[in-house]
Amino acid sequence: MRTTKRAFLAAALLTVVAAGPAAPAETVKIGFITSLSGPAGVIGKHMKDSVELALDHLGRKVGGLDVEMIYGDDQRKPDVGKQLADEMLKKHKVHFVSGIIWSNVMLAVAPVVTREKVFMIGTNAGPHELAGDQCSEYFFTTSWQNDQTPEAMGKYMSDQGLTDVYAMAPNYAAGKDMVQGFRRYFKGKVVAEVYTKLGQQDYSAEITQLRAASPKAVFVFYPGDMGIQFLKQYAQAGLRDQIPLYSVYTVDEVSLPAVQEAALGNFETRYWSPDLANEANRKYVSDFKKKFGYTPSFYGAQSYDGILLIDAAIRAVKGDLSNKDGMIAAMRKADYRSTRGPYKYNVNHFPIENFYLLKTVKTADGEYAMQIQKTVFENHKDAYYQKCTMKW
Amino acid sequence: MTPLLVLEQGLNGLQFGVMLFLMAAGLTLVFGIMNLVNLAHGALYMLGAYLGATFLKWTGAFLIAVPAALLATLVIGVLVELIALRTLYERDHLDQVLATFGLILFFNELVAIVWGRAALYTTTPPAFAGYVELLPGLRYPAYRAAVILVGLAVALLLYVVVTRTRLGMLIRAGASNRTMVAALGVNIRLLYTGVFGFGAALAGLAGLMAGPIYAVQPGMGEQILIQVFVVIVIGGIGSIRGALVGAVLVGMVDTLGRAFLRPLLSTVVSATAADAAGPALASILVYVLMAAVLFFRPKGLFPASG
Repeated sequence: MRTTKRAFLAAALLTVVAAGPAAPAETVKIGFITSLSGPAGVIGKHMKDSVELALDHLGRKVGGLDVEMIYGDDQRKPDVGKQLADEMLKKHKVHFVSGIIWSNVMLAVAPVVTREKVFMIGTNAGPHELAGDQCSEYFFTTSWQNDQTPEAMGKYMSDQGLTDVYAMAPNYAAGKDMVQGFRRYFKGKVVAEVYTKLGQQDYSAEITQLRAASPKAVFVFYPGDMGIQFLKQYAQAGLRDQIPLYSVYTVDEVSLPAVQEAALGNFETRYWSPDLANEANRKYVSDFKKKFGYTPSFYGAQSYDGILLIDAAIRAVKGDLSNKDGMIAAMRKADYRSTRGPYKYNVNHFPIENFYLLKTVKTADGEYAMQIQKTVFENHKDAYYQKCTMKW
Repeated sequence: MTPLLVLEQGLNGLQFGVMLFLMAAGLTLVFGIMNLVNLAHGALYMLGAYLGATFLKWTGAFLIAVPAALLATLVIGVLVELIALRTLYERDHLDQVLATFGLILFFNELVAIVWGRAALYTTTPPAFAGYVELLPGLRYPAYRAAVILVGLAVALLLYVVVTRTRLGMLIRAGASNRTMVAALGVNIRLLYTGVFGFGAALAGLAGLMAGPIYAVQPGMGEQILIQVFVVIVIGGIGSIRGALVGAVLVGMVDTLGRAFLRPLLSTVVSATAADAAGPALASILVYVLMAAVLFFRPKGLFPASG
């Protein structure tokens, strides 16, 4: 073990010495952490495929530089995510870390990365801590702050005059954020808040309790495989026709192919949808379908945007990766063709963006798809930016 | 907390319990008779779910798809035993854990390559789509009721096979003293292969029935496997009866804990404290149960040998 380590060190030193004086055009290294195996592996696939599509669109160069992608599989575990980040920072010496689906993983990884003054470009998880007092110059996200999407759903359900709502979410950082965000804009009564284990498969006990409480509506947040299971079991319990189900990050392009009619007519709120009408999005969605043969999801759109944001930053400093202040200034402008259309960054580096109401419909060719119904919030800011002390 | 509600949650617990039992029965026999720690048992469960969904898609008939999938998992189980596990019986448990963990990775990737990473579409057979009214005011999903019935029927069948047939006698003898069985001239290799294939088919049946309820995707087997190990540790390694009692116990404790722990806690402590502690406690309840059983009965509730 020790000898191999030494050999590696020696080899690494030799390469450095050999490469030193020549100083060839730099390669930008991007570490991308997501869940590639296990039950959430399909989400990771959506994200990785989108990153690859972004690289295709950029001619396999990012900001004009050659690019080396290092993918890491966090297995939905914070400790594994942190290890991956450490390895990317120390071994690969990456310039950017991107990706991350789960808020608990993000909370473990982001501080490790930003402490080293390396950029963390989040492309999904948006825990409130990072939007508030733990905001950082080196942290940007192309997604949203967790509370924002359920805030839109809370607003919509309030506008519908709904009350006596039963709220359910997995028991982890994002689950708490989601219910909190929902409550911030929902004016009616919330009869119960139930938290289940992250990754739970069976919801029969919770669904029985839910029916016994006879609420007027249900609000849930069950991303990925949890959503597939919850939606199926909710339908099998015969509740679909009795108690309307509203959700965030539950019915999407990841779960729809697996649940189909068990989600027909369901409402969700979201900042993006495959049918969002703008040039960049049309290109992303159609090229994605052509290359990979399935419909992309918001997980993918955000990851695609993440690479474009990095591209814009490096372009702005003309490939000088040591000019970090220049890259921060560039990213704050969000000057790239985002799949959601143009947006601005708030002081905490979270997007100020629109949120739409989406509905599951059956299209003419028999496919199940999400369609935008209307705009719930325009240029919506998250609830934590005032706690962020960053000034720019 | 009405009596009907408690009864319905009891059924939920029983349903989860019989599912665990189908998994645990095979695993505990393999562990008890062959002294083999098989972490890849969950992979057979996953294959059962995938094969069931695929055969159903091809044939459109549940009555053909189910036996076909069971037979296929049995064959795969026998092949796994002949090719991979046979070489591991004489090795120590750590080697077995390592090798069967390798099998988990192999099967998860294989499934991802053949069927893709995305979860398959599965639904209940039309005949079990609705719910049944068991008592006035007690409606229960028909599919879950069917799972309970199938699980109990299999348990009964296993009981008859193990206690009333010659094969069962050999299995019991093998679980309590393997060397003696071999010394008496029984073809122990054949017995091993048979038991393993049989256990694989039971795991396949559990996966098959889980398909319409859960997400059929790579890695689905490992999510249930941990609880199955808890079941066989509680029940006593190598004991079918222990597996049944352990499975129902774990199913009940887990389900009732998730349903009633929080409301019960809120009568003792404040509602916010109950909200915070309830879900966390409910998720560790089965492990607390296991620890308690191990403390009082280190060999489990129904030890197979000695």
